[in-house]
Amino acid sequence: MAAVQDGPIESESDKETKTDVLNDGAGNITGSSTGVLSSPPNATSSDTGAAKPMAPPPGPENQQTLLAVLQYLKKNNLLESVDILRREAGLSDDEDSQGTDGSGSAANADEGGNANSLLNRVSIATPAPVAVPAAPPPKASGGEDQPDVNVVLSAYSQQGDPALYDTYYTGLKNFIESVLDCHRAELSQLFYPLFVHMYLELVYNNHEQVGKTFFDKFSGDQECYYQDDLRVLSSVSKREHMRGNETLLDFRTSKFVLRISRDSYQLLKRHLQERQNNQIWNIIQEHLYIDIFDGMPRSKSQIDSMSGSLAGEARREANKVKVFYGLLKEPEIEVPLDDEDEEAENEEGKPKKKKPKKDSMGNKSKKQDPNAPQQARIPLPELKDSDKLDKIMNLKEATKRIRLGPEALPSICFYSFLNAYQGLTAVDFTDDSSLIAGGFADSTVRVWSVTPKKLRRVKSAVDLNVIDKDSDDVLERIMDDKTASESKVMYGHTGPVYGISFSSDRNYLLSSSEDGTVRLWSLQTYTCLVGYKGHNYPVWDTQFSPFGYYFISGGHDRVARLWATDHYQPLRIFAGHLGDVTCTQFHPNSNYVATGSADRTVRMWDVLNGNCVRILTGHKGPIHSLAFSPNGKFLASGATDGRVLLWDIGHGLMIGDLKGHTDTVYALKFSRDGEILASGSMDNTVRLWNAYKAFDDVETDDFTSATGHIHLPENSHELLLGTYMTKSTPVIHLHFTRRNLLLTAGAYNPQ
Amino acid sequence: MADERRQKQCTVVLPTESVKVMAESAGVQLQEESCVALSDEVSYRIKEIAQDALKFMHHGKRRKLTTSDIDHALKMKNVEPLYGFQSQEFIPFRFASGGGRELHFYEEKEVDLSDIINTPLPRVPLDVSLKAHWLSIEGVQPAIPENPPPAPKEQQKAESTEPLKAVKPGQEEEGGIQTKGQGATSAEAKGKKEGMMRIKPRSTHELSVEQQLYYKEITEACVGSCEAKRAEALQSIATDPGLYQMLPRFSTFISEGVRVNVVQNNLALLIYLMRMVKALMDNPTLYLEKYLHELLPAVVTCIVSKQLCLRPDVDNHWALRDFAARLMAQSCKTFSTTTNNIQSRITKTFTKSLLDEKTQWTTRYGCIAGLSELGPDVIKTLILARLSIEGARIKSVMEGPVVSNIDKIGADHVQSLLLKHCASVIAKTRPLPDVVDQYRTDYGYLGPMLCSHVVKARAQAVLQAQQVNRTTLTITQPRPSLTVTQSGLGGSVGSRPPSIIKVPSSLTLMSTRPGTPTQPSPPATKYIVMQTSAGAASTQQVITLTSAQSGSPITSTVSSTPSSLQPMVKVESGGGGGVAGARPLQKYIVVSLPTSASAAAASSLDPKGTGGAPHVTTSPLTMETVKMERSESPAASTQSPH
Repeated sequence: MAAVQDGPIESESDKETKTDVLNDGAGNITGSSTGVLSSPPNATSSDTGAAKPMAPPPGPENQQTLLAVLQYLKKNNLLESVDILRREAGLSDDEDSQGTDGSGSAANADEGGNANSLLNRVSIATPAPVAVPAAPPPKASGGEDQPDVNVVLSAYSQQGDPALYDTYYTGLKNFIESVLDCHRAELSQLFYPLFVHMYLELVYNNHEQVGKTFFDKFSGDQECYYQDDLRVLSSVSKREHMRGNETLLDFRTSKFVLRISRDSYQLLKRHLQERQNNQIWNIIQEHLYIDIFDGMPRSKSQIDSMSGSLAGEARREANKVKVFYGLLKEPEIEVPLDDEDEEAENEEGKPKKKKPKKDSMGNKSKKQDPNAPQQARIPLPELKDSDKLDKIMNLKEATKRIRLGPEALPSICFYSFLNAYQGLTAVDFTDDSSLIAGGFADSTVRVWSVTPKKLRRVKSAVDLNVIDKDSDDVLERIMDDKTASESKVMYGHTGPVYGISFSSDRNYLLSSSEDGTVRLWSLQTYTCLVGYKGHNYPVWDTQFSPFGYYFISGGHDRVARLWATDHYQPLRIFAGHLGDVTCTQFHPNSNYVATGSADRTVRMWDVLNGNCVRILTGHKGPIHSLAFSPNGKFLASGATDGRVLLWDIGHGLMIGDLKGHTDTVYALKFSRDGEILASGSMDNTVRLWNAYKAFDDVETDDFTSATGHIHLPENSHELLLGTYMTKSTPVIHLHFTRRNLLLTAGAYNPQ
Repeated sequence: MADERRQKQCTVVLPTESVKVMAESAGVQLQEESCVALSDEVSYRIKEIAQDALKFMHHGKRRKLTTSDIDHALKMKNVEPLYGFQSQEFIPFRFASGGGRELHFYEEKEVDLSDIINTPLPRVPLDVSLKAHWLSIEGVQPAIPENPPPAPKEQQKAESTEPLKAVKPGQEEEGGIQTKGQGATSAEAKGKKEGMMRIKPRSTHELSVEQQLYYKEITEACVGSCEAKRAEALQSIATDPGLYQMLPRFSTFISEGVRVNVVQNNLALLIYLMRMVKALMDNPTLYLEKYLHELLPAVVTCIVSKQLCLRPDVDNHWALRDFAARLMAQSCKTFSTTTNNIQSRITKTFTKSLLDEKTQWTTRYGCIAGLSELGPDVIKTLILARLSIEGARIKSVMEGPVVSNIDKIGADHVQSLLLKHCASVIAKTRPLPDVVDQYRTDYGYLGPMLCSHVVKARAQAVLQAQQVNRTTLTITQPRPSLTVTQSGLGGSVGSRPPSIIKVPSSLTLMSTRPGTPTQPSPPATKYIVMQTSAGAASTQQVITLTSAQSGSPITSTVSSTPSSLQPMVKVESGGGGGVAGARPLQKYIVVSLPTSASAAAASSLDPKGTGGAPHVTTSPLTMETVKMERSESPAASTQSPH
């Protein structure tokens, strides 16, 4: 069979040659001795050869150097030297005997031990006949694959006897189980990354069967939150699979980060040195990053709360950058705005009861907040008159705002989408709660008005020409009353719309879709203005900056992009996530963005320089919702594991873990004054949490931000203020009106 | 468990046979080895695609993976998506097995284009629309149809079966839900909870003003005189999802009501109350287990009480007993667990008084009815064994010196009841042939009658087997009854009806006269026409086919009473008038009752042929039909006032 396929496979085998040079050499000799044409047995023999040279006893280090030299010679086409060296090193004898053995009894011997994939055999076998007569220089024909393979080669070439992996792992396991309790928890963190890398080594070196037994034996020991990765891993059983598998790529390219106290680390080091356990030591050196800290080892629960991400915990220094999480003070505009506002109030004949409050606000914004970024740190669009009017409205509403608390829970109004046939994928409300937009799986974007005011288009250009432009009500005149309706449908995307976001001035709507584009829609004409192309893969989420103009998008290509509405190319590309960027959110001061990812981390990025300023680990599933507290100090994130985590941005610390939901949390929102956090989930519930208490408890705690080891109180049930079941409607969006009424939305899902 | 699953995860691969089959279908012969290689590769790719498709499902905010998710995943991998596998809701594969092979296949029907062209276009699917409702008002969830019932049935069940579990320290969550369910503001509930950790949280049973009004209206309608209102009220009880909080009130109402009305022998009210119980049990959102201690005694009372009505010789309290017995059987089936042992306790109670020599006929009837409804197994073990003893007892009343009319009626009823229930069981268990003498030796006095009933039951079974594919409304209980002895009781022709009631139930089967159930209002004549035709049909058929049950009662009359044709004629005109004329008042009370499927209840009024008829026709015992009946019952009730 191999012979039959020789021809067509050749090109692919060329790619392989580089990685398999050594194997080729081994095959070469046997091949020439048995005859060039007998390729099938040749193929099998060559791969016995491939496996064997690693196995025989004579000092693994020596042999490895030899192999490296051989490889080098081979690369430079010094075939004779290869032969000579081989002979002198005594490798040939070994192999010859093995080879003839193998070729004599065809494939019988190697089926069990190193059952190679057929494809692999073919690829190894083909160069043999070719190499003898001509020995063409193996060229990197496989372009994009090549670097990957090289990485892998350097990463996994030093392999030992596959049978010993089991022993190594068991040895380490026994050791870790025997150490003192305080160290055990810390050292247990090693299990998962070691397990993965050992398995991948086995797979890479074609020990499929051994790998499988290894996996079966030890996969059960791993923490349950690695389940998803293990599932991916379990499907990988051949070297071919490793190419192009993103999860594995992440494992190879990024070091798994562990935090271990110095004592525990010493313990481990001593053990490994005593045992001469180089295999494990090598993996630790090459693939793991051990963040050593001085002080008390952490407890099991502390470790569990922080771990779970694809690449281990965040390095400590990753979260050291100062983040200006304070709010921007309402700039110069504040003063005229104040006046205007008062005027407006006076006009309405209301007493100036708001005056004192205004003053206090003014005081606050007098550069008191040391944590606020500079006003012009990033350029923000200037406020237009309409924006100012809106701000006035906002302030007016704010005076009527209900003050929420555990005693005063918000009323919840639920907007159900009927007849959506499971097609509703995204929802957003405008800040003033007058419009709802929905993104649907059928590629449409729909906008509803929830106030009696109907949606109208601007008149056509011809009609606009006729209008008297100097009249006072020109804004009213440009609207076409004939188009008034309660909802508008916008077509343009060619795939499900996964993200949707209103601009703060209600003039624009953004939508992101499976088709890889982000579209900007005008809410005056209800047409598409721009299609932003950049992501080549589905764009999972997009979000407008609270000040408008900027927006962020994140998608399957693992990067988040920052755009400005008037640029067709992104201004910043935030790369670093190891999985899809599943959700995005702007910080209230617009200087930072937060992104949640399928790699189970949340990252915060600086808009100014594009740096990653926070890496927050602790979720055990892809993150699907993010929310900043109104004061900008805290971040809440919700994931498929049904948990909501609270983060202190200034210290980069987890400060709360809200358990209660039983399914993915798709929506999070803080009330306008930050007292209450609402969460909505796939489990058809809306839950209200006492955010004030959650933050307060921790704030009074004098935690040491230096180590970042906090002990989370198990108090989710105390923080839970209410659970509200819907009939059969997953909750996918939440919004607090300016008066603190909670609006929720979801598609009714008849059963 | 996780381990097992994981093991499975890494071993699942596409069987090589499948690969081979696929290759063959494409006209390629593959060697075993290549199949293995291919199956490995394909399995890996499939898993990869499935994992990607999962992402699309998550982002689509769905719980179900759809075919479009897979298409998108393929597209992401730069693979052309599959065409022709669109399915919005379900996976269109069907499963088949046989011959040692199991396979899933995609059913592709041949479509005739002209059919599609000629059929009118389906309705355009509704457009997406928005609807707003209050999920919570200042922390309290209003009980409106848009919201789920305050406490889901599972939770009610959990609460009642494991009341302490909810407040164990580790399980605060459930407690939280519970307090929410009670509608108390969570803040105060929390305070309470911290105070008493291990005590079952006190549940507040405050009713809102609306609920109080509702309760008042419903209870008044249920026991009031207007049958239309009653039907509506019962319908509401049976379907409204938000009754959880009122359940304790209802159960107390029922239990108190039964207590009072038994003493006053107010049969009508007892029947109304039992219908309420039935409606409560029918409500899919209620879990009654917590209130059984009130409801069950009430029901048992209605089954076995010595006296349920003022004139036991005339009123058909037997129907009430039958109805209550069925309720009891239903609740045994639903609520009996190993911890509460309802069924065994009830069975014991019945058996005890059945064994008692001094038990009156009425109670005896109730016991037997109650036991019989519990199923053939109970009949077999507890009743069949006592047939000969009961038979002797009946004989002593029937053939002995006349003691009292009441005793006689009682014995008569017990006899027909025994025959009715035992015949079907015997027909199933006893081997052929049915020899009268043998029956006599086995079952004593009742033997010969039993024998004829069994024969009929068997014949019927055969008939049913033939009619399997006709749309039958449960003919589950063949109820042949009416015996020779009965006819002797001149005055109590009314006792016969149970059989006649059954007639129509089989008649509906024939479905030739849809007019009868729909227009019951022109009462007497209409009904009679039907009845005669039924009778005529049956009398003719009986001989030839021994057709449906319709035949059975009449044949029995044929065989037993020589005046076989007369009853029918009587029913038509004279018989009905005569009896009804005697005691018109009480008849009316009972008239309204059989709406709630208590078919037998109609018995006594049947001969009078007025209001009973429409019920009778619609009284198949199935639950499904109950609802339909309700809509008709107003019509029936309208007759009662006059």
